[in-house]
Amino acid sequence: MTALLAKTTPAEQAELVVFVVLAPVSVLSALGMVLNRNAVYSALLLVVNLFCLAGFYVLLEAQFVAAVQVIVYAGAIMVLFLFVLMLLGIGNEEVLKETIRGQRPAAVVLTVLLLVAVVGALLAGVFEAEPVSLAPANEGGNTQAIGRILFTRYVFAFEAAGLLLVVAAVGALVLGKRRP
Amino acid sequence: MRVGPGAYLLLSALLFGIGVAGVLIRRNAIVVFMCVELMLNAVNLSFIAFAKVNGTLDGQILAFFVMVVAAAEVVVGLGILVAIFRKRSSASVDDVNLLKG
Repeated sequence: MTALLAKTTPAEQAELVVFVVLAPVSVLSALGMVLNRNAVYSALLLVVNLFCLAGFYVLLEAQFVAAVQVIVYAGAIMVLFLFVLMLLGIGNEEVLKETIRGQRPAAVVLTVLLLVAVVGALLAGVFEAEPVSLAPANEGGNTQAIGRILFTRYVFAFEAAGLLLVVAAVGALVLGKRRP
Repeated sequence: MRVGPGAYLLLSALLFGIGVAGVLIRRNAIVVFMCVELMLNAVNLSFIAFAKVNGTLDGQILAFFVMVVAAAEVVVGLGILVAIFRKRSSASVDDVNLLKG
């Protein structure tokens, strides 16, 4: 282990340690979210998962996206989820009866097949690249660099995203309105 | 030993698979929604790992836009859920069968 660690820089060792700690937490919280019968616990476990992902983003030199992840996802979106959960007042009365017979085993089999396909492709070496340092791209700070290309190359997508958010807000108002 | 992009992609695939299983297995529409969010996040992790591979920020921008679209989707989706709940007093995906032949 020490021989293995000797060849790496301290930054890489730190990345390894953080990854080894966060990866099981993220997978277990995702599993817990799917398997937990209580929807509120599911939501809280999803928050744990989103925080882990924010940690990975920091490891991958995406500090801005990590901050947005915490603020938008773990903050706004999950609060919205919990709001709706409380509003609908759903306890833990999940229906266990299968509407389509054999759906659950079929779902598990299909998921395992999907995972075998994707992981197999990864292990077969479809993708074997060395990470490049983002330091040149991140010149002057990650947020500044993101802002620079967001408002030049991606300015049309940015405006379209703004339009989409307006449409979504109006749509939510229309859907939420009580009709007499 | 160090963490390459492959490790992140593997983790991303795992999280995506868990999300798919959740969408297929769970009956509570809100939990199904959360599983969709999990899948979106798994793909975001891939995007950011690829950004690191390419040494450019385009993957991060794409992840950012995915978050914007996810936020819009959640707002509209939860609005629809609340509207359905008012009509049917249930949040189970099996109870929405008006179009069933």
